[in-house]
Amino acid sequence: MKISVDRTKCTGLGICESLAPDVFEIDDNGDLVLKTDTVPEGQLADVEAAVEGCPTEALRLHQAEPGSA
Amino acid sequence: MVGASLAGLRAVEAARKAGFTGRITLVGEEPHLPYDRPPLSKAYLDTRPGGQAPEPPVFRSERHLREHLQVDLRLGKAATGLDVANKQVHLGDEVLDYDALVIATGATARTLRGTEGLAGVHTLRTLDDAVAVRKALDAGARTVVVGAGFIGSEVASAARKRGLPVTVVEAAPTPLTRAVGAEMGAVCGELHRRHGTDLRCGVGVDRIEGDGRTERVVLSDGTVVAADLVVVGVGAAPATAWLEGSGLRIDDGVVCDKYLRAGADGVYAAGDVARWHNPLFDRTMRLEHWTSAAEQAAVAARNAVNPARATAYRTVPYFWSDWYDSRIQFVGVPAADEVRIVTGDPARDRRVVALYREGDRLAGALAINGQNVIMKYRGLIMKGASWADALAFAERRRVAAAPA
Repeated sequence: MKISVDRTKCTGLGICESLAPDVFEIDDNGDLVLKTDTVPEGQLADVEAAVEGCPTEALRLHQAEPGSA
Repeated sequence: MVGASLAGLRAVEAARKAGFTGRITLVGEEPHLPYDRPPLSKAYLDTRPGGQAPEPPVFRSERHLREHLQVDLRLGKAATGLDVANKQVHLGDEVLDYDALVIATGATARTLRGTEGLAGVHTLRTLDDAVAVRKALDAGARTVVVGAGFIGSEVASAARKRGLPVTVVEAAPTPLTRAVGAEMGAVCGELHRRHGTDLRCGVGVDRIEGDGRTERVVLSDGTVVAADLVVVGVGAAPATAWLEGSGLRIDDGVVCDKYLRAGADGVYAAGDVARWHNPLFDRTMRLEHWTSAAEQAAVAARNAVNPARATAYRTVPYFWSDWYDSRIQFVGVPAADEVRIVTGDPARDRRVVALYREGDRLAGALAINGQNVIMKYRGLIMKGASWADALAFAERRRVAAAPA
């Protein structure tokens, strides 16, 4: 599963970072950084919680494109 | 689901996601589709090109709710009673039967006695409130905000952004005393002063005067402040009046166990109305935060449709508030034996981070423009980190950030 962020919606509230810190981090400028765009093994539930927990609905989970890594 | 705001909607969505295919009814007192409240005191109040009103921050379309989520919507209908013995919710004369019930009626903004019927005096809780406040700001209102809490302070920010004069009146010695404590409340208060808001602490409102509509506010020290708009932000009370006589235990909210069960068969509560036992802090809490409302609703709904596999709701409370060009974020609880500033000098720096100690534990953290670190402290609190560990973490961050 792939993760994407809509930069027009994200305001860097950081709830995602507290739920899935291996994937999301807020940088020194207050912007969200995706540490990986692929859900790490065994962390799907945490990433789903982060997607659902985003107050600006800026995060999305989707299937990897066929043929991509 | 009774209550059609964030928690009510999230309860519906979680029940469907958990595979529940039965009937769901969503009851809401307001006529509007479920909408998001945090923007109402933020972006919704900003000026717009041409002065047109912004779109209401509705979560989902009516079609999505009815067709995709298969919800029977009962909007503009207030629940008036609950009969737990017969498992019925009363909406005036109408009666709804339930097998499981999620109470998510939220909280109602407190008002100032004696101001009813005076135009120009508003709370800011609902979309209708926000429309009225926005209109007054569009008209260039001189604004008095009563209460330097989050809502009031955000309204002050919005008014200053428009260049309008604002006075904030706070009865306590500093803003946010309950939410972040007096010491850091004073630091937050400086944000008002720096942005030209006239912040007056330790003084109350004696009365609001005007001929049909507000013209001036008379403070308890006799000072008179001219005002076309008064926004009352003095907190909210859980909306539990309709539960009187239901037999549910009400004590500043619907009292729930850690599974958000309200003490009657099939009855759960979530959001601002719920006072539940938070196992992480081993105490009961009632939170008025976006994050806990959304999460509690999901837990309550999953537990309601699958009680045999009920899970407890444990959380480190989190809230944010945007004041002027600063973001204030708090995690944990402010009940603290010690508050220590670990990042920044409040007199000089934009970024300030303070930690809150309870016993030998890290209990809370406040960040002003500290988005890069606040959630790391939330993680530490979640793990039950000691005070010493938290200070060591802060020190490592400080050393890493120091110029070589």
